[in-house]
Amino acid sequence: MSNERTRILVVDDEEIVRESLGGWLEKDGYSVHVAVDGFAALEKLKAERWSILIVDLKMPGMDGLQVLEEAKKLQPELAVVIMTAYATVDTAVAAMKLGAYDYLVKPFDPEELSLMMQKIVSQQTLVRENAVLRQALKREYRFRDLLSKSPAMQAVFELARTAARSNSTILVLGESGSGKEVLARAIHQESPRAEGPFVAVSCAALTESLLESELFGHEKGAFTGAIARRKGKFEAAHGGTLFLDEVGDIGSKLQLDLLRVLEERRFHRIGGNESVDVDVRIIAATNRDLKRAVGEGKFREDLFYRLNVIPILIPPLRDRREDIPLLVESFVERLSVEMKKRLDGVSSEAMSALMAHDWPGNVRELRNILERGAVVCTGPVIQLPDLGLPGKPDAAPRPGTLASLEEVERRHVSAVLAHTGGNVSQSARILGIDRVTLYNKMRKWGLRRDGEDEPPRDDNGAR
Amino acid sequence: MDPIFIWWIGEAAPDRALLDHAALHLGRAFGRPVREWSSPERPRHAYDPKRKQHLSGAILKWLLEAGPGAGKVLGVTDRDLFIPILTYVFGEGQLGGGAAVVSIARLLEDVELIGPQLLLERLAKEAVHEVGHAFGLLHCATPVCVMARSSGVRNVDEKKPELCSECRRRLEELQTGGPR
Repeated sequence: MSNERTRILVVDDEEIVRESLGGWLEKDGYSVHVAVDGFAALEKLKAERWSILIVDLKMPGMDGLQVLEEAKKLQPELAVVIMTAYATVDTAVAAMKLGAYDYLVKPFDPEELSLMMQKIVSQQTLVRENAVLRQALKREYRFRDLLSKSPAMQAVFELARTAARSNSTILVLGESGSGKEVLARAIHQESPRAEGPFVAVSCAALTESLLESELFGHEKGAFTGAIARRKGKFEAAHGGTLFLDEVGDIGSKLQLDLLRVLEERRFHRIGGNESVDVDVRIIAATNRDLKRAVGEGKFREDLFYRLNVIPILIPPLRDRREDIPLLVESFVERLSVEMKKRLDGVSSEAMSALMAHDWPGNVRELRNILERGAVVCTGPVIQLPDLGLPGKPDAAPRPGTLASLEEVERRHVSAVLAHTGGNVSQSARILGIDRVTLYNKMRKWGLRRDGEDEPPRDDNGAR
Repeated sequence: MDPIFIWWIGEAAPDRALLDHAALHLGRAFGRPVREWSSPERPRHAYDPKRKQHLSGAILKWLLEAGPGAGKVLGVTDRDLFIPILTYVFGEGQLGGGAAVVSIARLLEDVELIGPQLLLERLAKEAVHEVGHAFGLLHCATPVCVMARSSGVRNVDEKKPELCSECRRRLEELQTGGPR
């Protein structure tokens, strides 16, 4: 382990201490700098990154505890060691409460100093390596802004990556809030059209006439209020991707117009005679069952087949609960940056509740709930009450998904196991049962430690 | 080639075998002639009555003023040494400087039990270690290298009295003005 990248700042008002400690640490290969008082130290902390701060407790002007407090605000990951000749439990406890790594009673044993520095460097190296690994892990589970480690979503990413390379129309199916637009954007960014525009239109948000004008544009005087020619979204998306959200909500006239554009790649602006050629890739999305809508005569069958060239189904969040911790970590990190607030994560109780929630609003609902928690929480860890989740962790099942009590219990146990990474002791604690009871339940339901179902055995027990 | 001077600055009479053994290893490690320097002066001003120890930094300064004024000078003492923030030190070397000091006070542990050879070995190792600092060498991560940090006497016993290949390479770079 190299000490060269470890930058130590020594703060002491006594020159002889600064010199002797600095010299001693330099021989260990650390990059050592000194400051004569707390004010000078804070200037150095504002200007540069440091690994370790060794600060004397008793100094004129600003004592070691004040330096520690300010230093932690400037560089929270800094390891601060307090030196004191006035060792009392009180100052030591106060220092530790303020986030000091440890304290040293002057004069200290060479072994003590050496071991402490080595321990800090090892720990910081581990933290760095862990961060790198976590980033790598996230990359592995990431498709642009989408994050998932569930096999079902990995299959979605795989299909989306392949589909992105083609020019085919894609129909993204999934419940509200499941990330259909995020997936559409990711496909666009991965496609040869990435340099072109990505234009999104919500078909459910507008009346049919307004949506028509929005999509195709209009000529001057085409209707009352059309005081100038206006290009529509199809033209705006030329050379890129047009994302038609909630395509199942459009009326019959517009369905026909849309079918024509898909077939001919040209259209007329409202009130215009001139045909406009466009080169757009269509990605449509819906939370409706379009096949059923076709069967009921509410959606044109020919349009359905035009749109359904490559269907991609995003599973709801409740069917991929193993993604919840990953998504929570990612959202909390992002919220921390957006809100300029220190957020380390959520408490284990909050995580258990998040794992148990039914998520009718899917990933969007999870993000909103975490945002609320991030605003409300008073410390760096979001607590369960901060989330404002419905009182019962298990939301009422939706029509058509009514499950038996045992099924709900099995799902919850499975989710907790997945959350703890298969740690039976921790899972039992969260569930409020003993380990033996949990093992019995796992055996009974054929659950593996990771919360997945056991693969079926054949008669002789072979897998 | 500038020599390394070895100077007994202890209060008791010098132990010839001890100094000769240290000189032998210094010569081997640094490829320099090792000469003895002798003077009745002692760095008594470095004594701290509160701590009942000698301040090693003050001895280093004194060695440069009172010593031969050339090459490297190693003071060997029987007095206990300290630097202000540590309870004790085996010795101290000016990093890339002209002076080093080493004490036998803390090296005497178990010597009566095991035999005087143990002290010879320990002093030779610490002498090479501190003079190594004066040549610009830092602490080495190889536990058996003489330049490995010794937080306790056990660490001294674990080391060999010589530089590891990496420290030898570094020493060569330092002496020929290679990468620093």
